[in-house]
Amino acid sequence: MAFIDYYKVLEIDKKATDTEIKKAFRKLARKYHPDVNPNDKEAEKKFKEINEANEVLGNAENRKKYDAYGENWKHIAEYEKANQGQTYYNQSQPHEDFTSYGRDAEDYSDFFESLFGNSARGRHRSQQYKGTDFSTELSLDLHDVYTTHKRTLNINGQNIRFTIPAGVENGQTIKITGHGGDGIGGGPKGDLYITFSIKNHPDFKRDKNNLYTTVSVDLYKAVLGGEITVNTFDGKAKLNIAPGTQNGTKVKLKGKGFPVYKEEGHFGDLYITFQIKIPTNLSSKELELFTELSKLRTS
Amino acid sequence: MNTENFIPINILCQHYKLEISFFDNLNENGLIEIQLVDEIQYVHKDSIYEIEKIVRMHKDLDVNIEGIDIVLNLLQKIDALQTELHKVRNRLLLYEN
Repeated sequence: MAFIDYYKVLEIDKKATDTEIKKAFRKLARKYHPDVNPNDKEAEKKFKEINEANEVLGNAENRKKYDAYGENWKHIAEYEKANQGQTYYNQSQPHEDFTSYGRDAEDYSDFFESLFGNSARGRHRSQQYKGTDFSTELSLDLHDVYTTHKRTLNINGQNIRFTIPAGVENGQTIKITGHGGDGIGGGPKGDLYITFSIKNHPDFKRDKNNLYTTVSVDLYKAVLGGEITVNTFDGKAKLNIAPGTQNGTKVKLKGKGFPVYKEEGHFGDLYITFQIKIPTNLSSKELELFTELSKLRTS
Repeated sequence: MNTENFIPINILCQHYKLEISFFDNLNENGLIEIQLVDEIQYVHKDSIYEIEKIVRMHKDLDVNIEGIDIVLNLLQKIDALQTELHKVRNRLLLYEN
């Protein structure tokens, strides 16, 4: 547990007046308030820090105690003994407090708890507020999001089972209602936001509902035409190659792409690019025949 | 009209300890939609999340209603840009190994 310099947090001098503290706090709160920085973990952390600093420095009693101890806060027990009979928290005057942003024990540093105890927080809480929203990232591969399925996540020791709909996109966030932090004063629980991070597939690239892949075709089939078997995302498909197929030719397999999000039975398309494989390490006979073919072409 | 999914404004005033003029002002600025049923003003319960956000900005940050309107518009723009960024990033994956 490290000492926290609340003056530094609020970017003020140790001799700052109450007005200066209030001003500094307001300025930083406007910058880092979670409502103006949605999904920004760093801002949320900073907001909690400045809020805590204001709890201490914005209250004359707390500030006095903090200033008296400062970096020697570990000797708090001796201090309490020396000032026996004095109570700091139950007589304090209400001061500015972001009660509406559901805070709980986790929102205060260990340092704060150690110095001011549990009774210092939430003194003026009388209304009901929704609990804190949680957010997490779930890493999946492309196959995981090809079909609708259920998953279990452990969030803060609680197993949460939820459905991942087929076709979710990389970076997409879904909300699981009521699985966030506990509400305050009997308010509703917060929500859980899960953002999907979908890894690249080695063979298939995805753009929304369409898939893209490259298939090698040997030279003879490209020249003469014929049937080949290609891998689609969920199996194999037979394809006819037209005689004289050029390198880079693209074909579309309708409905063989990725499932459309929340539209059951609808799929995008699969785009296949043919890559003509030129034979190497030719035998003398092959070389002879290619030379003959070449002569036929140039004559 | 069935008022089952609506909350009377006076209940919100008590809950958030705000004057009714605050909600009238939000309505005039197009930030919320007030429905009048039998002379009683209501808001739809689906707008509560947005109203709570507005109340927090007003009370916590001392932002006036015009300022809140600007903040909400900018947040909407950021959201649209982030969605666009996700789309572009996903398209970029097509060209990455």
